[in-house]
Amino acid sequence: MAILDKHKILETNATLLLVFSFLVVTIGGIVQIAPLFYLENTIEKVEGMRPYTPLEMAGREIYIREGCYVCHSQMIRPMRDEVERYGHYSLAAESMYDHPFQWGSKRTGPDLARVGGRYSDQWHVDHLRDPQSVVPESVMPKYGFLEHRKIDGKYIADIMKANAVVGTPYTEEMLANAQADFRAQADPDSDYDGLLERYGDKVSVRNFDGQPELTEADAMVAYLQMLGTLVDFSTFTPDASR
Amino acid sequence: MSKTPEKLPGDPKTTGHSWDGLEEFDNPMPRWWLWTFYVTIIWGVIYTIMYPAWPLVQSATAGVTGWSSRGEVQEEMVSFEEANAPWNAKLVETPLEQISSDAELQQYAVNAGGAVFRTWCAQCHGSGAQGAPGFPNLLDDAWLWGGTLEDIEFTIAHGIRNEESDDARYSEMPAFGEILEKEEIAQVVQYVMSLTNAQSDDAAAQAGKVVFEDNCAACHGEDGTGDVFQGAPNLTDAIWLYGGSEEALTETVTYSRFGVMPAWENRLTDAQIRAVTAYVHQLGGGQ
Repeated sequence: MAILDKHKILETNATLLLVFSFLVVTIGGIVQIAPLFYLENTIEKVEGMRPYTPLEMAGREIYIREGCYVCHSQMIRPMRDEVERYGHYSLAAESMYDHPFQWGSKRTGPDLARVGGRYSDQWHVDHLRDPQSVVPESVMPKYGFLEHRKIDGKYIADIMKANAVVGTPYTEEMLANAQADFRAQADPDSDYDGLLERYGDKVSVRNFDGQPELTEADAMVAYLQMLGTLVDFSTFTPDASR
Repeated sequence: MSKTPEKLPGDPKTTGHSWDGLEEFDNPMPRWWLWTFYVTIIWGVIYTIMYPAWPLVQSATAGVTGWSSRGEVQEEMVSFEEANAPWNAKLVETPLEQISSDAELQQYAVNAGGAVFRTWCAQCHGSGAQGAPGFPNLLDDAWLWGGTLEDIEFTIAHGIRNEESDDARYSEMPAFGEILEKEEIAQVVQYVMSLTNAQSDDAAAQAGKVVFEDNCAACHGEDGTGDVFQGAPNLTDAIWLYGGSEEALTETVTYSRFGVMPAWENRLTDAQIRAVTAYVHQLGGGQ
């Protein structure tokens, strides 16, 4: 029991106790966290993931600004009730371009990880304006003001640059055309070929909120309508043993 | 000043510390506590052997039981799928209109379809299928795109005016604000209101009849009863998707409407689509 006798030294020396406590916590942290950075099965490779378009990125910023994450999670857990209700459980790779991620752990409202395409744009506009008009039992507050706040994407390239710094693969071209792409996505009469070339053919180009002006509602609906739609699960089967 | 109590013979040893004369007995831990502590250590070791735990160079140890959260959910999904498989197979094989003649199958279809409806459809069509402004009520006899079993199944599978399905039902009402004068729109609105005996201006309605015949009758019919092949609503039944007030009708005629429904063929299985078809059909309005 010699080593236990030495323990007395730590108990009677506050500074040493602090140093050794820190050491213990550090080892625990390293064992739990560090392997996630190198283990190959942490993030499986999936096809279809792409960075957010400028308009979707703006929608995401509004989502965060309005605190949507306080009531809505964006992670479908691997449990049958979740999968039956929301669709395929979320994969780590699906949040690879989320800085910060929106997984969340509190659900006053439903999970939104795969809300994209589930409802029409008009439903989203009606629902943001007055949630109880379409879902009478809802307790969600009204976000009708989003329709009245015009946006022009003047600073969207800055937000994208910040994301590029932390690893989102935005190219020089994407950053240079950010504002043009921002406007093109909400205007089906515009020349949006460049947008599709940079972000892929699956990008939806629509007048999301049905108004002639480009508003925060456009950005919000564009973001909501692409959530969880990037990975095609008809051609991808995740390894069940992970 | 209180007196330091005398030590009694048989008292345990003290820790040896003395703070201003205060001393502390060095009692052993309670045995139950100590054993619980040892058991948790043993349990922890066994757990890390049985379940995924230790990170190694390439991957983490998988554990001898081979358990994974993904495997568990898959197993559970499969077990329910297998339990329902005979019913789902029967549902897919049986022609839609014969489902209701098999009482047991109809009961299965309606219950399964009700669950699908409450999960995927209720947000727009209402938890009781009563609809909401812009989202059709499924309880009444009015059907934009037809209310037979085949019509309902097709609409659910392919949706309406969406970008996902090439077979989506499609039609587009022109925005007459760009085609007609304001006065003509006001007249045709009066005429449409007169079709349902709503209070309307007779003179304007008479003028509106001409506007209607020239511009609207091609889709909504000479008599305004609509056309399910184009999703053109019946204007004579006083059932209004976007409202039947003068204001709402003027907005509809001026800017038109473009109701979208997603396609469900890639989200739901054939059996689920047929089940929810049976469910919607039996709600009251099925043809």
